[in-house]
Amino acid sequence: MKSNIAPAIRLTLVCAVFFSGIYTMVFLGIAKLAPNKGRGEVISSNGKTYYANIGQKFTEDRYFWSRPSAVGYNAAGAGGSNKGPSNADYLKDVAARIDTFLVHNPGVDKSSIPSDLVTASGSGLDPDISVQAARIQIKRIAAIRKLNEANLDEIITANTKKPLIGLFGTERINVLQLNIALDKLSNH
Amino acid sequence: MNTEILGIIFMYGLLLLLAIPLGRYIGKIFNYEQTWLDRIFNPLDKLFYKLGGINPDKQMNWKQHLVALLIINLCWFLICMFVLTNMSWLPLNPDGNPSMSGDLAFNTAVSFVTNTNLQHYSGESGLSYMGQLTLMLWQFISAATGIAICAVVFNAMKERTTDVLGNFYSYFVRSATRILLPLAFVVGVILLFNGTPMTMEGKDTMVTLQGDTVQVSRGPVAAFVAIKQLGTNGGGFYGPNSAHPLENTNYLTNIAQTVSIILIPMAMIFALGYVLKRRKLAWTIFGVMTIGFLFLLIPSVVSEMNGNPAIAKMGIMQQLGSMEGKEVRFGPAASAYWAINTTVTSNGSVNAMHDSMTAPTGMFTLLGMMINCFYGGVGVGFLNFYIFIILAVFVSGLMVGRTPEFLGKKIEAREMKIAMLIALLHPFLILTGTAIASHLYAHDPAAYAGWLNNPGYHGFSEMLYEFTSSSANNGSGFEGLGDNTPFWNIACGLVMIIARYIPIIGPVAIAGILANKKYIPEGAGTLKTDTGTFGIMTFAVIFIVAALSFFPALALGPIAEYFGMK
Repeated sequence: MKSNIAPAIRLTLVCAVFFSGIYTMVFLGIAKLAPNKGRGEVISSNGKTYYANIGQKFTEDRYFWSRPSAVGYNAAGAGGSNKGPSNADYLKDVAARIDTFLVHNPGVDKSSIPSDLVTASGSGLDPDISVQAARIQIKRIAAIRKLNEANLDEIITANTKKPLIGLFGTERINVLQLNIALDKLSNH
Repeated sequence: MNTEILGIIFMYGLLLLLAIPLGRYIGKIFNYEQTWLDRIFNPLDKLFYKLGGINPDKQMNWKQHLVALLIINLCWFLICMFVLTNMSWLPLNPDGNPSMSGDLAFNTAVSFVTNTNLQHYSGESGLSYMGQLTLMLWQFISAATGIAICAVVFNAMKERTTDVLGNFYSYFVRSATRILLPLAFVVGVILLFNGTPMTMEGKDTMVTLQGDTVQVSRGPVAAFVAIKQLGTNGGGFYGPNSAHPLENTNYLTNIAQTVSIILIPMAMIFALGYVLKRRKLAWTIFGVMTIGFLFLLIPSVVSEMNGNPAIAKMGIMQQLGSMEGKEVRFGPAASAYWAINTTVTSNGSVNAMHDSMTAPTGMFTLLGMMINCFYGGVGVGFLNFYIFIILAVFVSGLMVGRTPEFLGKKIEAREMKIAMLIALLHPFLILTGTAIASHLYAHDPAAYAGWLNNPGYHGFSEMLYEFTSSSANNGSGFEGLGDNTPFWNIACGLVMIIARYIPIIGPVAIAGILANKKYIPEGAGTLKTDTGTFGIMTFAVIFIVAALSFFPALALGPIAEYFGMK
């Protein structure tokens, strides 16, 4: 038994140097070639930079809203609500979200609200919404910004990300990119 | 056809396509045959042996293997405790995160050394980069431990009589360098070029388009996530694991990660076929596992895509499915697919919050962990399945009135006792733990009710899930449970230790004892173990053990919740 102690300690140290140290350094080296040198993908607009994959809170009526977030889009403490599907308090929250949405979007039929707009995401940082979730907000934004609904429809189509190679996964829209396009449209 | 369904079919197809050749490669590694990567890895392994002071040619019997395994694991635990309780002053802490309390460090150290990766902390605020990189080390070498000990059992199953079964350290080093490292490299690079961060810089500040100021946690994520998935570890860099948009940036990274979860566990079955030169046996085992997997998978996908009936009642369309706790870029189908993948293997990473999934999916994720051998964790998944094979051989032997034999070795009372003990340990740990927690909750709600994020049946499921996940060395959670308390930290820590090492010791002992027995060549009277009939027999044994042990507990949790929502 004793004969195993020294090799165990030595082998662990070798593994630490190799798998924690060298392996990490190799990746840090390769990261120099990756988007934004491995510091997370960014997009720039009007001289400001944003993390492309980190969802932002959009609650003003003049922007397309992002999804509800259990952590208020805190990108230093992400998380979901972890509410169970049958939790009565949770279902009240959802009902309140539906009501709020209907107040801010008069004329919208309740049954056409897609579920992603009234449920919190897993990370609390979901950068995307569904296409239905964007379309249903057109009326409100067109009225506030005095824009043509057809033009809004166009930027939604232009910003829709198709499933991977057209075959796999969901259609989605990055809310930040959509809102940047929206600001541009308004400035024209 | 629906692109979400196509997505998961593609993921399974790609998995199978990769697992078959990988299995042959792993078989060659176990057999010490030549491979085209030898040029790189022969010198590297020699360096490991030399610096580690190891003679890789020294043969060990099964007891010596276990002693070597337990001592090196103890050594990891002690180092990990030291790092986690001293992170605040150790280097690589740009965000100034604190050290862990004793009970949380105990839970975390056990969790990572046992390949569980149950996390009672949140990565971005609870660990320094030093802590993260230390945990990443265990993600490599705890996985290599599982693969190495599985290699020992494969070796013992060969057609001969022997008491020596290779060298533990050698299997261990080869598993880490030749299997895990190259795969982690490929997956890590895919993640990196899809926008997963890999930097030692701390938090960044950004002003959003709407004008809010937010901080964004970064870190060496890509390297970490690759091995987290491949080694069935599952511990996330960030709190929400692979639901976090920096940890899993798009559908492509989701495919890469989902395939990685189950790739090595599946390949191990084909490696078995290669090592023993019994392809048909491997395909029989694969068939049983796959049927079990599909039984859990299909209803879960359907249930998530149908959405939450309670929200449907409010008049909200559920055509996008149940979206609470899910990300739009994955959708309900890929989230449910992941949930089953991560629970049948002992991975435990998530790309959606399991706590918020519909009741049937909650039940099938629990069942995946309760059975814990449909593919299973790297290496240990097969060891769990091996126990059920032994039981099935014995039961079938009794049914047809023959001496039970498996691969030319007689199964006798001693092996059966060990197998029975191991098969019953898992339900014992889960049910006892849940019973104690429920008792505390019911007995003194003032002190303990704060645990639960959800009332009623779902609250019970949260406690049941936590102990199931600990005992399956899985690590996922119904994360609404407020689990960073001394009770949960210590109770889950103890369960993880027992549930890791006893189910390794048992199968290795059985295999070691059988290897030492006289080899009886197959004859006309031998019960064939590579047939469909025997496959069904094994499946039945697994089903009966699971149903008898767990049905009452499931009835109080997810089943009651499901019917309560009707």
